[in-house]
Amino acid sequence: MSEIHMPRLSDTMEEGVISTWVKKVGDKVASGDVLVEIETDKAVMEFEAYEDGFLVKQNVSEGDTVPIGEVIGFIADSPDAVPEETAAPAAPASEAAEEPKEEAKEEAKPEQAAEPAPAAESTGERPRTSPLARRLAKEYGLDITKIQGSGPKGRIVRADIEAAAKDGSAAQDSQAPAASTPAPAAQAAPAQDDVRGSEEVKTSNVRKVIARRLTESKQTVPHFYLRRTIDAEALKAFRGQINQQLSSTGVKVSFNDLIVKACATALKLHPEVNTSWINDTLVQHHRVNVGVAVAVDAGLVVPVLHDTDKATLSEISTRTRELAGKARDNKLKPQEMSGGTFSVSNLGMFGIDSFSAVINPPEAAILAVGAMRPEAVVVDGEVAVRNRIALELSVDHRAVDGAVGAAYLKELAEILEEPMRIIL
Amino acid sequence: MSVITYRQALRDTLRAEMVRDENVLVIGEEIGVFEGSYKITEGLLKEFGPRRVKDTPIAEEGFVGAAVGAAMLGLRPVVELMTINFSLIAIDQIINHAAKIYGMFGGQTSVPLVIRTPGGGGQQLGATHSQNIELFYSFIPGLKVMAPSTPAEASSMLRAAIRDDDPVLFLENLGLYNSKGEVPEDYAEPKNDNIATIGRAAVTREGSDITLIGYSRMATVATQVAEKLAEEDISVEVVDLRSLRPLDRQTFVDSVKKTGAAVICEDDWLTYGIGAEIAASIQEGAFDYLDAPVRRVAMAEVPMPYAKPLETAALPSVESISTAIKETLSAVGKRVG
Repeated sequence: MSEIHMPRLSDTMEEGVISTWVKKVGDKVASGDVLVEIETDKAVMEFEAYEDGFLVKQNVSEGDTVPIGEVIGFIADSPDAVPEETAAPAAPASEAAEEPKEEAKEEAKPEQAAEPAPAAESTGERPRTSPLARRLAKEYGLDITKIQGSGPKGRIVRADIEAAAKDGSAAQDSQAPAASTPAPAAQAAPAQDDVRGSEEVKTSNVRKVIARRLTESKQTVPHFYLRRTIDAEALKAFRGQINQQLSSTGVKVSFNDLIVKACATALKLHPEVNTSWINDTLVQHHRVNVGVAVAVDAGLVVPVLHDTDKATLSEISTRTRELAGKARDNKLKPQEMSGGTFSVSNLGMFGIDSFSAVINPPEAAILAVGAMRPEAVVVDGEVAVRNRIALELSVDHRAVDGAVGAAYLKELAEILEEPMRIIL
Repeated sequence: MSVITYRQALRDTLRAEMVRDENVLVIGEEIGVFEGSYKITEGLLKEFGPRRVKDTPIAEEGFVGAAVGAAMLGLRPVVELMTINFSLIAIDQIINHAAKIYGMFGGQTSVPLVIRTPGGGGQQLGATHSQNIELFYSFIPGLKVMAPSTPAEASSMLRAAIRDDDPVLFLENLGLYNSKGEVPEDYAEPKNDNIATIGRAAVTREGSDITLIGYSRMATVATQVAEKLAEEDISVEVVDLRSLRPLDRQTFVDSVKKTGAAVICEDDWLTYGIGAEIAASIQEGAFDYLDAPVRRVAMAEVPMPYAKPLETAALPSVESISTAIKETLSAVGKRVG
């Protein structure tokens, strides 16, 4: 009988959602078979069995979230084997209200007893503590998750434990936290609102990551916005010409592909925009990796075209389609969504005139592309009808100043109006 | 008790051992007629003659090799290397011969050799003569590395080194030769049996707030730091490592278990330094007693500058060590001035 634990599938992963159990209870499993699909903060990934046997129990149902390391199921030699209940440390939310089992506590192995309380894991991050504070909390029988840390970054230190022991503010650690702490589902109750007829919508991890990252971006990155409308006649003609040339290959270059490539070309000419402001330091990126925002059911993802400056238009076109397809199927690998140095977001297909995009940190800028529209404009003193596209560049003012951003957008506009330069 | 210099403690102990055992001889550059660059061998040539006090050419590999051979055949040579920097020329003799012979040849012969040599910066001797490379030897099984910081230790540890049957690198320090301290009245008596136990660190000052660990000159600087911070009501426990190999982990681990925090000060470079080994040992031995990360204060990562202000800036000081201690203590909520 072996336990299957929630694996760490990406560097930033803290918990995972059981997306689909590929193997059902009782199924025969061979090492290398896909057991379960797990949704992390970045993607849905397949998780394979490490050994042969039978899946005899699923501890976690599809759609439930569990922290890394938690037992999600059991594999045994016989399909009839029954896992011991005591081996499963934490109950899923629905069973959280169960009575604490006295005998289970006594039988628990010492390593398990030393583990931090599971309640802390499911309701928030493990508290930052010094090893000494952790040991003293155990000696005093204090629940360390209820103690406020006074050290660097809120680290709980000996002084905090001693103060808590003195005033008794931290509840005695009951060792049965699942019973004393409301389950996560119960905490979501405020969403229930009869006046508005509201209820909580179960969301994916991707949604939570979008919420967190974009909040962080808008709250910490001082955005400024530069707008410029380009004449797209030449671009349109250029695209027609290219696609004619490519007709036999089946590749069709979109306006967005042209814009993505032009952004990379302009970034090579204006490397000061291909930067990041990280921890009070300006970081210069020597590779140009343009991310392309893709809307999928779960939300927004930004697959990255690495070395965009070095790729041909047909490579960009093929790769973008491939990544967008993977994004829609939730199959993007974390490395296909990281390492971007600039992003392009295009809402032209929705008929949007122009918009202000939110920067995707730690990138320094994002280009928002509106729809191509015929407009009456003055050309050589005459009113003429020309196809035009509105561009708006959102810029991180910490890394890039106004004039620098403006020079970049000017370059980009000129490249797009003289599109042969895209490929030069 | 009487008060003498570190230099005199070494000189008188060396003489006493030569009187006690006729197999003890000294060998090195400028140690006979000139009586030693740092006068540790003063008067020895006159008293014991050229068979037991050997002036050598400037050829470290040669005379260390000769001493290894003499030791293998039953003599107890005490080599003087003018500074530890010159040991680099003899490093193959030390590491591949002195340290290996006993084990490699099935214990047929031990190598009762002592290599006395001073390290230490702060003397404006430039980059090649100011290094603290005792780490190289502390890394090598088969060697013992001793680093006394006081006249009393210099005496009892040199006696232990000479009487020990294994090769010992005996680390002195240019900055300590003139330092003074109490020694027992009979420290220079040939019959003296005040012999240090090899491989023992010592708590040289008790304290309760933090453990400060050093060796050689830095152990004395650590004591100054503790005295200064005592005025600000900070109680620093000082551990003098005294022996770098074998390393007495128990003593400093026990101290950290008591205080919950540690700062290590060292004259060598930080990266891969002695302090890194101490810090690793602390987390292995006292992890659950640490209330703050272990801090290291070491020399700047540069070849030692010659210019005095730069040299001073490159070395750890009472001030830089005090700052590290205060930062560590303020992180654990202790009031610091």
